[in-house]
Amino acid sequence: MVEETTSLEVLRVENLYKSYKSGFIPRRFPVLKGISFSVHQGEIFGYLGPNGAGKTTTLKCILGLIFPDSGEIKLFGQPHLFLKAKEKVGYLPENPYFYEYLTAREFLNFYAQLFPRERMADKNKINELLHLVGLEKAADLQLRKFSKGMLQRIGLAQALINDPELVFLDEPLGGLDPIGRKELRDIIVNLKEKGKTVFLCSHILQDIEMICDRVAIIVGGRLVAQGALTDLISEKVLFTEITLSGLPRETLEGLGEFVSVRGDRALIKVFDENKLSQILNLVREKKGKIYSLVPRTETLEDIFVDMVKQR
Amino acid sequence: MKIKAIALNTFKEAIRDRILYLLFFFAAAAIIFSRILALLTVGDRIKIIKDVGLASLSLFGALMAILIGTGLVYKEIDKKTIYTVISKPIHRWQFLLGKFLGLMLTLVVMIGLMSLIFLAVVFVHTFKFEPRLLIAIAFIFIELFLITAVAILFSCFSTPILSSIFSLAFYLIGHTSWGLETLIRKLKSGVWRSLAQFLYTFLPDLENFNFRTEIVHGLTIQPKFYFYSALYGFFYTLFILVLANIIFRKRDFV
Repeated sequence: MVEETTSLEVLRVENLYKSYKSGFIPRRFPVLKGISFSVHQGEIFGYLGPNGAGKTTTLKCILGLIFPDSGEIKLFGQPHLFLKAKEKVGYLPENPYFYEYLTAREFLNFYAQLFPRERMADKNKINELLHLVGLEKAADLQLRKFSKGMLQRIGLAQALINDPELVFLDEPLGGLDPIGRKELRDIIVNLKEKGKTVFLCSHILQDIEMICDRVAIIVGGRLVAQGALTDLISEKVLFTEITLSGLPRETLEGLGEFVSVRGDRALIKVFDENKLSQILNLVREKKGKIYSLVPRTETLEDIFVDMVKQR
Repeated sequence: MKIKAIALNTFKEAIRDRILYLLFFFAAAAIIFSRILALLTVGDRIKIIKDVGLASLSLFGALMAILIGTGLVYKEIDKKTIYTVISKPIHRWQFLLGKFLGLMLTLVVMIGLMSLIFLAVVFVHTFKFEPRLLIAIAFIFIELFLITAVAILFSCFSTPILSSIFSLAFYLIGHTSWGLETLIRKLKSGVWRSLAQFLYTFLPDLENFNFRTEIVHGLTIQPKFYFYSALYGFFYTLFILVLANIIFRKRDFV
């Protein structure tokens, strides 16, 4: 199941099964049904799936928060619960909850002490991290006074406290404003440039598409696709969106699909290249005006929606 | 180092919890109140002050251990703060031990302060320092450490309210189980006697740590009783902590 590769594997998950017991008379509900994938050194790996697909459950298994029913997980070639392997890992959970009675500095200092001396962050490293996530001014504020976005940032700092080789980020863009999202994307890309590996769970597909090298899509506890983004997404033009004015509607009938018409201006979807040429010729003849012309190729979202619908 | 970090973090959490100060206030009030009680009593006033003071230390210490201890692990799981800690290179038993030591430290500081108030009140009345009172206080500590372990054990698998009820039941049973010894003596041999004997062996006997009456009344105690009681406290606490670890090490944090 796991694809063969020559580059160094930092994470390998094989045939992972996990079920939960629930109800008064406990019944088992399978959540993961034989997940296998591997993550290679230095890449940004996107782990996608709709709500309840098993993304967070997979992460929890890898990090030793829950125990799988069966299957094997290896981190840096070692069993995933080995402390030596966990030393090289950072983790930002979804909607992070932290010790709210601590200040940001105390908080980072606490996590620093959970690592062996050679990986322990000192004062300078903590200041550096506070600077990286833009929380220098809030360093001595208790976390109970933090906004959701600030908690997400301090959570990221916590995930990077040991200068990890592999960072797991579960929905890291949730709760961030557009500027915060851009900053976080820059931090992730920067980690990759430093040779780190990033494992990213996210619903925000645009962000994944922008920065991920490879992705795996999980639906209903099974992986339905995995591979390099370039392999998954074809570059074929699906249709072209054209916004124009100066042409009567009747002349355009049959050439494309009207999406919206506002006054003189119309937005039309054109699926055929010949028809697109015809429209452009008409515009020239009738002295019309083109405002925009956007070819739409397949996106990750199209693939994702297709996969989810198929199941 | 890791255990120390968790213990100190637990200490910070407890110290920043308001309930601790509420209990501290009531305990200090009870110790001071013992003086008023002594005025209203016929007999040796100093004995009343000592007796009520030590009993207050024991009772409020147990309440602190139970009310804070039962929330310790549960809150970490409920608030999901445990996710980021357990995913670090740390064994689960180190986490549990850190929590236990953190609460022990909190109790040592708080009960230590209360003891100072108590000893000061006694000193004001007698103008002499009584080292034997320290022995009674030391055994209160041993009892509190055991109760802390019990509170953490329940906290590993049930909600704070249920855990508090269970721990309180442990405390009450522990202080009344000596009655079973009398019962065993009075019963003829048979099923009931075997059952009473079994229960007496299994149930905790917290009166083993109670030297208050002997010390307040100046009775002599053989050193071996101190030794056996301390040993009993140590092994019982260890047993409870091992049990807590067995439950905790295979627990899924969903």
